[in-house]
Amino acid sequence: MATTKRPTWMGRPSATVKTAKALAIVFLIAIVVVPFWVVLATSFASNDDVTGNGGYVLWPMHPTTEAYQQVFTNGIVTKALIVSAAVTLLGTAISLAATVLLAYALARPGVYGGKPAMLFILFTFLVPPGIIPAYLVVQNLGLLDSYGSLVLPVLVNAFNVVIMRGFFQGIPEDLYSAARLDGAGEWRILTRVVLPLSKAVVAVVGLFYAVGYWNAFFNAILYLNDSSRWPLQAVLRLYVIQGAQLGDNTSDAGASIAPQSIQMAAVVVATVPILCVYPFLQRYFVKGVLTGAVKS
Amino acid sequence: MNRGDVRRSRLRRDALLVLLMVPGLAYFLVFHYGALAGNVIAFEDYVPFIGVWDSAWIGIGNFAKMVGDAAFWNSAANTVSISTLQILFFFPVPLIVALLVHSLTNTTVKRWVQSVVYLPHFISWVIVVTLFQQMLGGTGLLNGLLGDAGLDPVEVIGNPDLFKPLVVAQVVWKEFGWGTIIYLAALHQVDEQLLEASAMDGAGWWRRLWHVTLPSLRPVIVLLLILRLGEMLSVGFEQFILQRDAVGPQAGEVLDTFVYYSGVVNGNWGYAAAAGLVKGLIGAVLIYAANRVAHRLGEQGVYR
Repeated sequence: MATTKRPTWMGRPSATVKTAKALAIVFLIAIVVVPFWVVLATSFASNDDVTGNGGYVLWPMHPTTEAYQQVFTNGIVTKALIVSAAVTLLGTAISLAATVLLAYALARPGVYGGKPAMLFILFTFLVPPGIIPAYLVVQNLGLLDSYGSLVLPVLVNAFNVVIMRGFFQGIPEDLYSAARLDGAGEWRILTRVVLPLSKAVVAVVGLFYAVGYWNAFFNAILYLNDSSRWPLQAVLRLYVIQGAQLGDNTSDAGASIAPQSIQMAAVVVATVPILCVYPFLQRYFVKGVLTGAVKS
Repeated sequence: MNRGDVRRSRLRRDALLVLLMVPGLAYFLVFHYGALAGNVIAFEDYVPFIGVWDSAWIGIGNFAKMVGDAAFWNSAANTVSISTLQILFFFPVPLIVALLVHSLTNTTVKRWVQSVVYLPHFISWVIVVTLFQQMLGGTGLLNGLLGDAGLDPVEVIGNPDLFKPLVVAQVVWKEFGWGTIIYLAALHQVDEQLLEASAMDGAGWWRRLWHVTLPSLRPVIVLLLILRLGEMLSVGFEQFILQRDAVGPQAGEVLDTFVYYSGVVNGNWGYAAAAGLVKGLIGAVLIYAANRVAHRLGEQGVYR
């Protein structure tokens, strides 16, 4: 096990302190892990497990994947999954492109219009426009009930621009001059010099956008009246939090599996993509975010 | 070359860069500044079918109505009390956890703890609320354990009296780990030599914490506190829209949900915009004032 060396001047902690710290850490981990575990266990539980235990399961005695079969044969959930995946992929690509271009231009010292543009962006931190006027803008652009309303109103995040600009400014000026001497234009400098050096910050900002798109539900509820177009989180709200029936409970299949299990299976399905990208995020964000944020 | 020529030649030199800025700036222009301009409907009796230009102008009528509206003041009171609870009970937690994590010498354990506690930040509010229902709801883990122990069940979810502690607990759960990042970064900056010198002088762990570590963290703590104070009227939106109906507006309405329900749901667009505008302006004043106070205290603050 890797350890950092304790400085010689620092005494070893007493047994009491050690135990207290260990308990505190176990507690912190438990309050995060236990809820996820209960959801996972309940999603794999049979109807008897769930009803026998009053609605939750710590360890499924008769594990079954029936809840997942129900979730994936449910047209509403599968459609919502496709919407969420498409919005996340397309939205992230467009957001990332707009952010990189803006941050790159703003990072060049003395660029024409750079200072007023920066103030223009920073001011948006100070006064958020409000829900009602934002709705009016979406309405006037004719975006109500279109998937564009899930992407365009949150296209660029000012904070991400600041992080990325800070990172680009940290790239030594010599590299820019060298590339320019070799005859490279701005576009070539961006794609061949800056972006390859900025993988960490691009990955982090991209994953921030992706997580944002994946987790969003309020824009969908606000802008999409037609609930058949809703992304996964909005559907989850309706069926899991508000308790509408999910799954086909009129047929025999519905009787063999508790509604809680189906709900929890849907929750797992919505959480797994986050858990999949999380290790990558984890690896990059301290490096990417902190260097960017501390600078600016 | 005169001034105009210089500017034109700079523009020609930077033409491509300016072009690269266009999509991003257009976004802010339309969705922030365009929306800000849309706040004029706060001064109108806005009717969607007639539009912004032709709706009747009623001056401060919407604001006057707000003064006498008990529902508005109820949502404002809920917002401020939840905010205050968040500052008291959420704000210190990341600092304490960061000190704990920083004190670990085993880097493997340290990395695992960090990975686990950051995770809830990336989970959607829908999932967080679901997890809380599954833990604390009528058929959840807590009541299951209480039942096994022969105790009476406790109604936590959907109980208006426990709503405020519940939502603060949810914020603590979701963000306590993420909040440690900035403190952990700051803890690395603490001067080792100062710590060593004070240890030589016989300062124990507590004295080193109080006289060296915490003073070094002061700028970060002040900065975060300012940001939080500036956000006093924004306690979060998605979290409340998800749970307001379970406890009713008396306990569960905050300013943001008040704006949503009076405008989008009940169609009082101008009135809702007025409430939102007041909220936004007070928020801006709070940030400005908090920053002034920070400068008065000799701290860096958010901006200069």
